[in-house]
Amino acid sequence: MKLPKSLAEFTDRSRVFDVVNPAVRSPKLDTSHGTILYLEDITVSFDGFRALNELTLYIHAGELRCIIGANGAGKTTMMDVITGKTRPDSGTAWFGQSIDLLRLSEPDIAQAGIGRKFQKPTVFEQHTVFENLELAMAGDRRAWKMLFARLTPAQRADIDEVLNVIGLTEHRHRQAGALSHGQKQWLEIGMLLMQKPALLLVDEPVAGMTPQETERTAELLLSLAGRHSVVVVEHDMDFVRSIARTVTVLHEGSVLAEGSIEQVQRDPRVVEVYLGEQA
Amino acid sequence: MGEHSMLSKLLRSERGSLVFLAILFVIGVGMPLANLLLPASSALHPSTYTLGLVGKYMTYALLAISIDLIWGYCGILSLGHTAFFALGGYAMGMYLMRQIGSRGVYGDPILPDFMVFLSWEKLPWYWHGFDMFWFAALMVLVVPGALAFVFGWLAFRSRVAGVYFSIISQALTYALLLAFFRNEMGFGGNNGLTDFKEILGYDLQARSTRIGLFVVSAIALGLGYVLCRWIVTSRFGRIIAAIRDSEGRTRFIGYRVEHYKLWLFVISGMLAGVAGALYVPQVGIINPGEFAPLNAIEAVVWVAVGGRGTLYGAVVGAVLVNYAKTYFTVAWPEAWLYALGTLFVVVTLFLPKGIVGILQRFRRSES
Repeated sequence: MKLPKSLAEFTDRSRVFDVVNPAVRSPKLDTSHGTILYLEDITVSFDGFRALNELTLYIHAGELRCIIGANGAGKTTMMDVITGKTRPDSGTAWFGQSIDLLRLSEPDIAQAGIGRKFQKPTVFEQHTVFENLELAMAGDRRAWKMLFARLTPAQRADIDEVLNVIGLTEHRHRQAGALSHGQKQWLEIGMLLMQKPALLLVDEPVAGMTPQETERTAELLLSLAGRHSVVVVEHDMDFVRSIARTVTVLHEGSVLAEGSIEQVQRDPRVVEVYLGEQA
Repeated sequence: MGEHSMLSKLLRSERGSLVFLAILFVIGVGMPLANLLLPASSALHPSTYTLGLVGKYMTYALLAISIDLIWGYCGILSLGHTAFFALGGYAMGMYLMRQIGSRGVYGDPILPDFMVFLSWEKLPWYWHGFDMFWFAALMVLVVPGALAFVFGWLAFRSRVAGVYFSIISQALTYALLLAFFRNEMGFGGNNGLTDFKEILGYDLQARSTRIGLFVVSAIALGLGYVLCRWIVTSRFGRIIAAIRDSEGRTRFIGYRVEHYKLWLFVISGMLAGVAGALYVPQVGIINPGEFAPLNAIEAVVWVAVGGRGTLYGAVVGAVLVNYAKTYFTVAWPEAWLYALGTLFVVVTLFLPKGIVGILQRFRRSES
């Protein structure tokens, strides 16, 4: 019975098959409504534990947003969903109005314009600082092209500029593995910049940094906002206070409160579940 | 910038490569000349047998380079690379079989002896075309390349990596070993392909042909080396090294890791195929034994002993271990496998960077 039906479907002349339409792998990012990231009703469960529970969150274009929350609040899982590492059980995730993140693979998402900095600095330790930036550079990523790829003067200038921004110009030919912890963190931010992402996800950028390094990192992130949208996940409340305009508090996989740092800190629920613990 | 300056840049960047290519040139030119010009009584006269031995080592060295390319630079440990080596060898063997023509024992102008013996009436379809050298040469690249492509595509797409990849690559070569053992496959079964007479019309036993094969092996090794060196010094090379060091991170900056691994694996498989194709006319036989997983592991040991991730280290390892094997299997045959095992353990425990690692350490302490 099934065959005649699918045969009828197949011969239906008004139907346009997927194979005929060219696959649109990464349509242009469209932020004309002023929002760059839409997460709606996202739920992720691991063995019955709900890491994200109908999480709904919007990030505006050009915004610097801090996300705080206790361990297990779902911060890292949220990042995993946005970057394609984890698929949610339900919900929708859109990058701008035109790109459905849930249908893209990790490299596709990276190429669409979402860059991620991990909690642990993960630079390529065997490569030099310069090579790390070269690898992260936006552009064609097809394997055969890379055999013949040479840096253009414009690309060199780009790398030089980023080296300057992250303050590693003198270390350009050092192996990344030989850098200090703080320098590695900056190099990683530099690699993010080379990707020219529209949205940067930064996971605990100042963990393990000295106060001076922390201050330098705050300046760096503040200088990025505006040109890029930046989402920072951080535990260090002093650091959050120094950079945040809007803060979102996650708790048990959903948004507990959102607003300026003062508003959030006054919120009795937040004091109870998060700030209260620290006091 | 032109080809020339790129090549010179490629070679200037590393002393080891330069030394290796110089030595290869001296051997590739010097040994045949010494064989031809010096009298047989001279101490410097290499016998034609020695020439054949060194030629065989050079094909092993090419196999070792192909393994180092994926293992040393991309962290893919294939324990089944002899599959590609043997397939290249079989493609060449099929050409050499067809060249025998009616000079076989049974005198059939078309069918190789083993087919007549099995009372086959006509040539299986996949033997057609192998009477032409260009077709066989093409198949030397295409067959291993295609197998590497299909196998690699399935493995890398499913993110099979590390020890799991090693195990299934070993299963692959073992499966081929069993398949080629069967007479019904049409590749001569247990006995394989042998009794070759001519290559391109030249008598395989003649000294001039042996010298020709030696020189071609040296050229193939040199070209294979330069090709690998070019790959690893390109941006592609930096990306595969990044994949080796942190695959997940490479994926997150937007590289399709599986494509990179796949193309590298295909190139490596083709190089191994060329090595096999040059090996067969020099040893005069190809049989299913070449698929043995033990051979594949031995080839990995060569690379480990020489030092991986340098290319020339793989050559050093291949030549030294095989020289030791030649010596041992004559002088003290039952000890060879123990010696090989001990060597592997010692290298793994004390010399993680192989022989090349020792040399580098010496140089650093000098300067």
